[in-house]
Parts: sequence; C-alpha cells; structure tokens
Amino acid sequence: MQEVDIAIIGGGPAGLTAALYTSRARASTVVFDSGMTGGQIVTTEHVENYPGFPEGIAGPELGRLMLEQAQRFGAFIEAFNSIESVGLDGIDFVLKTTEDEEYRAKSLIIATGAVPKKLGVPGEAEFTGRGVSWCATCDGALFRDKVVAVIGGGDAAVEEAIFLTKFAREVHLVHRRDELRATKCIQERCFENDKIILHWSRAVAEIIGENGKVSAIRLPSTKADPDETIAVDGVFEFVGVDPKSDLVKHLVDCNEAGFIKTDHNGITTYPGIFAAGDVTDSELKQVVTAAGRGASAAFEALRYIDARLCTI
Amino acid sequence: MAENVMQVTDAAFEASVVKSDKPVLLDFWAPWCGPCRMMEPVLEEVAGEQAGKIVVGKLNVDENPGTATKFDILSIPTLLVFVNGEVVKKLVGAMPKKRLLEEISPWV
Repeated sequence: MQEVDIAIIGGGPAGLTAALYTSRARASTVVFDSGMTGGQIVTTEHVENYPGFPEGIAGPELGRLMLEQAQRFGAFIEAFNSIESVGLDGIDFVLKTTEDEEYRAKSLIIATGAVPKKLGVPGEAEFTGRGVSWCATCDGALFRDKVVAVIGGGDAAVEEAIFLTKFAREVHLVHRRDELRATKCIQERCFENDKIILHWSRAVAEIIGENGKVSAIRLPSTKADPDETIAVDGVFEFVGVDPKSDLVKHLVDCNEAGFIKTDHNGITTYPGIFAAGDVTDSELKQVVTAAGRGASAAFEALRYIDARLCTI
Repeated sequence: MAENVMQVTDAAFEASVVKSDKPVLLDFWAPWCGPCRMMEPVLEEVAGEQAGKIVVGKLNVDENPGTATKFDILSIPTLLVFVNGEVVKKLVGAMPKKRLLEEISPWV
C-alpha cells in the first residue's frame, strides 16, 4: 500500500492546479486520471477565455502546460489509472484502483469533473457514433459539406456550432427557449454566421436514421406549434453536464443534481475531503474557476493534514 | 437549549462511564484542538437524537489527564465507546454525523 499526503482524483485544470500547490508545499501528491490528463479542454480546439493568453491557446496545449508545471514541483501523475473505490481506515482514506493497487492518503481532493448529458431520446443510443456525438472537435471533420444539428443554448452549444461551420455546410442550432444562454459576444458571432440556422423553442423528440446512420431529427415545439422534422447527417449534443461524484457520494453531501456541496474554498461535508472544478456545486464551470478552486482546495487540504489530529 | 453531552471528569469517570447502564460514547477533547471543536455540534445532535440508547460524554484532556493517560490517548479527537465499563470501539479523528452513527450503530 502506497502512502501519500494528498491524493487528487481527476487530472483536469482543477486537479493539476491543486497538485501544483500541494507539491510546492512539499506535501507528497499523486494525481489519478482515468485517461489522459487535461480534462475537457483536451477536446477543445481553442481556449480564448483563460487569462494570460490574449490570442487564445489550444486546449491540449494548455493541458500539457498545466501537467508540466505540476510535475516540475514533484507531483506524481498516474494517468490511465482509475480509482475504483474510496474507503476509510481510521482517519485515512484508502483508494483502490482498477488495477487492484491501494493507496493510503491523509487527505483527498476530488476534481473528477463532469460528463456531457444525454438527451435520452429514441434513436440516440442506436446512432451514437453513427451521427450522434458530444464532441465537435473529435467528430466535426466527419461532416464536411454535410448538414448537422447542434442541440443546446449555452456557451458550449453555440461555440461548437460556430466551430462546426468550418466543416458542415449547414448547422442547425436547436434550443428549447427563445433566447440563448451563451455569452453575448459568442451569440453575436453566432448570429453573424450565415451557415447557422436557428430553431427556437424546439426540443428533440427523436433521432431518426436510415441505413444505420442519422438522417433526421424530429423537433416538437415547446410552444404548442406543430412538430418540425429536419434532415441532418449528424447531431451534436451540448445540453449540460453530469457530475462524476459517484466515488465519494457515500461520504460527502451532494446537491440534488449530484454536484458535490462545497464552501467557497472547496471544503466538503467530510473532514479531509475537498473538491474543486466541475464536480462541485459552483456556479461558473470554466477552466479558470476550476484552476482557482483547485488552488483553494489544495490550501485547505494542506491545512487539514497539519491539523487533522492534535497531539496531547 | 440544554446541553445533551455530559461533561465527564477524572473524578466522575467511574460513576458516569464505567458504571453506566447504557453504552457510553466518550469524546476526548481540548479547547485548542480544531477538529475537536468541529465535532461539538455533531456530538450534540447525536446525544439528543440517541438519548435513552447511548450516553454521549466529553472529557477535557487538559483538565483530566488521568483518564486520558489511562486509555493511552495520544491524539485528539479520540472517541471511545464503552459497554459495561469496557472499551469496545476506538475512533480517531473528526468525522461527519453520518459516519459516526454508522460506527456506533451496533450499540444503539
């Protein structure tokens, strides 16, 4: 059983920033990620709103720089190493990996992030990977000169719709309300883009396919207008995220949607467990807030391991 | 609101813990110990909710070094569960109410 001061579950911006801070404080640190580190930015072509990069920076590049920085100060990174369970042993936390390794940690920082939500409509499961996607960076190029739909109304949906116009000849942006939630300047770019066709007050009821691929989507109105069916070759869903809090749900309090409840410094309801990034119930889910909260959680974890028991 | 947690001293230890007819959850604490202070509201709640099933007591180790030494308490917070005067469980460190209830469930 390996022993470590601070175990960080999740190697995205929150986890890597936490690791940077704990390592600089000379606390032994290990970061686990089920895949490659970097988090959601690894599949984001261009990050424009992370401070310090006026021309923007490629997502994978930003992820790589964060990794390098944490490693420089001594953080151990265990990529492609998933945590299967989190248990307790006295005052310590015991982590078991899918490779049956065990780690004992004095403190935990949960930075596991969130996964894209699915619509849960007929045809979605059937045509996943055959026209239905949650990653425009990954699959956009497959729809060169074709027609795609983007479902959603927030920053992700609108930005990815704009991104997809680089490939598709038509991008149908479908949103259930009559105004977008996305940041104003992104909305402006969307409205200026001739390839984007907006479908207001529409939901998706069915994803229809032909010959094993997506061919159309049926869009009922949220305002009691008749259904609309549009022919599309691909459907990209950006309808929110689900937090990956399962590992510690038995220990910490989460809100109704499953996001881990924390104070503004990342303290959860379980002494010794801290959380940062998209998995928490924070309002703004961005790289910069994940990084900022990662640092705060690190600070609290460092404080905790020094004071978790008092010697008499 | 009346305090549900019983104050235990070296002098009263025998009578209030050893001779208790109910199980006793005894918290070893000190005012300067951060995690101990964190346990205070948890213990209050447990004491109130489990009244009649288990007695919750607290012993200030600064003022009562005798009992602390007797049970080899080196770090606090430490919680000991006593049944018929014998220690049946030792819990070290702060924990939320949910876990504490799980740990003492065999005796309530």
